Amino acid sequence: MIAIIDYNTGNLRSVKNALARLGADFAVTSSEEVVRSAGGVILPGVGEASSAMERLRATGLDKVIPTLEAPVLGICIGMQLMCLHSDEGDVDGMGIFRTSVRRFSPEDSSASEAVKIPHMGWNTVSRPDSPLFDGLPDMPWLYYVHSYYAGLCEDTLATSVYGSRTFSAALCRNNFYGVQFHPEKSGDAGAMILSNFIRMSL
Amino acid sequence: MLSKRIIPCLDVKDGRTVKGIHFENLRDAGDPVELGAKYAAEGADELVYLDISASHEGRKTFTGVVRRISEAIDIPFTVGGGISSEDDAARLLDEGADKISVNTAAVENPSLISEIASRHGSQFIVCAIDARLIDGVWRVTTHGGRNITDKELFSWALEAQNRGAGEILFTSMDHDGSKQGYPCETFAALCSSLSIPVIASGGAGSVDDIAEVLTAGKADAALAASIFHYGEITITALKKELSARGITVRV
Repeated sequence: MIAIIDYNTGNLRSVKNALARLGADFAVTSSEEVVRSAGGVILPGVGEASSAMERLRATGLDKVIPTLEAPVLGICIGMQLMCLHSDEGDVDGMGIFRTSVRRFSPEDSSASEAVKIPHMGWNTVSRPDSPLFDGLPDMPWLYYVHSYYAGLCEDTLATSVYGSRTFSAALCRNNFYGVQFHPEKSGDAGAMILSNFIRMSL
Repeated sequence: MLSKRIIPCLDVKDGRTVKGIHFENLRDAGDPVELGAKYAAEGADELVYLDISASHEGRKTFTGVVRRISEAIDIPFTVGGGISSEDDAARLLDEGADKISVNTAAVENPSLISEIASRHGSQFIVCAIDARLIDGVWRVTTHGGRNITDKELFSWALEAQNRGAGEILFTSMDHDGSKQGYPCETFAALCSSLSIPVIASGGAGSVDDIAEVLTAGKADAALAASIFHYGEITITALKKELSARGITVRV
């Protein structure tokens, strides 16, 4: 069973619908007991980082998630909350990934691409050698909507480029995964990533 | 690099997709979820659903359609038509819409943009602007182009951006339905004056038109209805052709 963490965030329904389409066994929950017994945990997220972190803290799960041994997947803001710190609302995250979250700037523009904020739409991702990306083509297209990004670090699993800025498209540390793009909104490529995560969670 | 987006637009009336020109001679084009899924499978990057129901019952039906779309379709979709309050927006977002678009209601009450953006984030709100060139000035219109307001396109788009809109969807009412192409110089000036993405709508008659608005017109995305609905060109063929011309698209 996969636990989708409910902390009143925007894309909860989309993530739930995506898992239902894939026939996964899942529960939407903020219960520590359910999260601890799950075969895998998804931390969704859309919106503003500091208020999202506040809501996550209110569930008490910010102390539980870093101790889990089952696969954990943070999506978008969910991933950002697993980093050390976010400049959005100047908030500390759970510190699982050794990087901080910063805002894109028009200065990140390159000669061939003007950086507009948010970074919204489909972008290519370097395909890493990771079970989460099994079966994907080289440089798959995935859907992004975000104004802040996680910088590159030792936990960077995959990268995307916006203007002249290369950022972490996916992060991994032990059993913890995070993706900045929205697999639940990324057509077949996103469905494959979620299927991989479901398999990893069995 | 971000791809340029191709976005089919579906008009929904009383729960069914309808086809027509300027809302006249409407005919049934089937289930909105099935048609959206077909476009998604052909490579559409996003979908836009506009509710053109006139009745309260029709609007209620649309809410159910939005729920079914979010269950079935795995690419982002925007819903618009008749959203006049923050509550309308919240209801559609709760049903699973990724974005909502506002038009007339925002012109009449610009703070609606700020309210939706501050509660749900800029990425949820698209400001649709219909305008027409009158005596050398792009005047903003409402109610499907029938009412000419005292707002001007460039200053209104900038105000919408400053109030928190995440994207601008601009339609030239002089070109809409004409299949004569887009006013590309106006698009280029608009895109250069804003720091948020611009979606070009209204006027596409050919691959050339779409290619031009995405290059010379600097638009981030192109939205079209009739050329897809009437099968004049499939999305797959369009994207293949744009790619062959060196335009970055998801293929």
